[in-house]
Amino acid sequence: MAGFGGQGVLFIGRLLAHAAMKEGRNVTWIPSYGPAMRGGTANCTVVISDEVIGSPVITSPHSLIVMNNPSLDAFEPRLKTGGLLIVNSSLVTHEAKRNDITVVKAPANKIAFEIGSDRVANMVLLGAYSACTKVVTKENILEALKKVLGEKKKHLFEINKTAFEKGLETGNL
Amino acid sequence: MDEKVLITGNEAIGEAAIQAGCRFFFGYPITPQNKVPEYLSYRLPQVGGCFVQAESEIAAIYMVFGAAGAGARVLTSSSSPGISLKQEGISYIAAAELPCVIVNVMRAGPGLGGILPSQSDYFQATKGGGHGDYHLLALAPSTIQETVDLMMDAFDLADKYRNPVIVLADGCIGQMMEPVEFKERPSEVFPPKDWAVTGAKNRPRNLLKSLYLDPEKLEQHNLKLHKKYLEMAKNEVRVETYLTEDADIIIAAYGTVARISRTAIKILRKKGIKVGMVRPITVFPFPYETFAEISEKVDNILVVEMSLGQMVEDVKLGVCGRANVHFYGRVGGMVPTYDEIVREIEKIRRSQVS
Repeated sequence: MAGFGGQGVLFIGRLLAHAAMKEGRNVTWIPSYGPAMRGGTANCTVVISDEVIGSPVITSPHSLIVMNNPSLDAFEPRLKTGGLLIVNSSLVTHEAKRNDITVVKAPANKIAFEIGSDRVANMVLLGAYSACTKVVTKENILEALKKVLGEKKKHLFEINKTAFEKGLETGNL
Repeated sequence: MDEKVLITGNEAIGEAAIQAGCRFFFGYPITPQNKVPEYLSYRLPQVGGCFVQAESEIAAIYMVFGAAGAGARVLTSSSSPGISLKQEGISYIAAAELPCVIVNVMRAGPGLGGILPSQSDYFQATKGGGHGDYHLLALAPSTIQETVDLMMDAFDLADKYRNPVIVLADGCIGQMMEPVEFKERPSEVFPPKDWAVTGAKNRPRNLLKSLYLDPEKLEQHNLKLHKKYLEMAKNEVRVETYLTEDADIIIAAYGTVARISRTAIKILRKKGIKVGMVRPITVFPFPYETFAEISEKVDNILVVEMSLGQMVEDVKLGVCGRANVHFYGRVGGMVPTYDEIVREIEKIRRSQVS
């Protein structure tokens, strides 16, 4: 998953990793880290497997969530043949170039804005991804959300949950 | 605590230290290990411990010297340039035979280098680092669970040998998250630290020092230390062999690169190429014997590192000319991919056929 710093790509990666752990799978989460600035790019890689996980960094992933144009340009060529590309169509204006992959577009910022906050666009996309792949259950994502938000940010649970559910609907279309 | 938690390697280092009974941390910030001090800065006070952000790495390592001398379980962590600054103190601590744990979350060098992962401090960790004839016990984890387990062992080993132990991680291990379990540990009973300087009321005074102006005494001291390193080599070597039984080619790698190699081996085996791996878990003492044995069975060993060839020298010492030792490395913060490792193995194979 990739986007601008601040869009919450590392956050949804963590939720996915938490949910996978809850389901007893092996999982790794690794952020791209380096000298960064506000508005720069951010991405993380989550590997979920029933086997022991070797490399936490993957040359060609099965799925990709992109939240902005630079991420689409950078990572689309690396997606596996037959892979899944989830696109935030509110901000991504470039078109995906490949025809050997499945592209699912979700106007994440628009949906998030309608339910009350632009900032949960990431959750819409995680919802769309979950609906398409069914790699983890909705219950476990929500469980993970509760855990990662913790006591301090408990008040953000509902809006994140709503955004995730809207995303599930988008992905199920 | 038997439930798994999802945490970064850096946080795992901090929590494992606490659970191993460490109550003192002295350090100075540097990327990519900053989550270690961040975590301990709030976690240590919760357990009655002490966290100090020192004014420099040099100050920090001498605070470690002091706490270790008083008999405490103590930790410092840093990344490459910071570990370089600590070398003088580490040499003193080794000379004074004090137990402590040092974590190096390696980043790319030399100099200030960069903040991305590297393994280019292998020589520094295994061959001395500071001045004088001394060694650290050096542990190199490749998963977050192993980081936790080795961190706990590190404190035990430090006490057992009265010697500093270094945990050699890298930026990947520090930054990535994996589920880990903090296992209940059987409490090992160690001899009381009757050498510690805790106030000499009603007992003869203890002296912890590294200065021996009489060369005969200093030679005796060096020989005593040396005996300890031979003991470590006899008792503490840890190594994992992976799919070596039927292998034609062996990869030698440690830490993050070992797990990338594991994926490469999976791909190669699907292609019908039988590759196995020898993964040193202790890089000092080094598993020379494992390489000696393996070199009787295979003709080619590929060493993969995030350096320009440091561990390759130890592998060659173990192999001792009985097999060809090849090398592939990436540096500067570049992490080798499994595709690159697959290509290297295929290249070796082609050159053998022709």
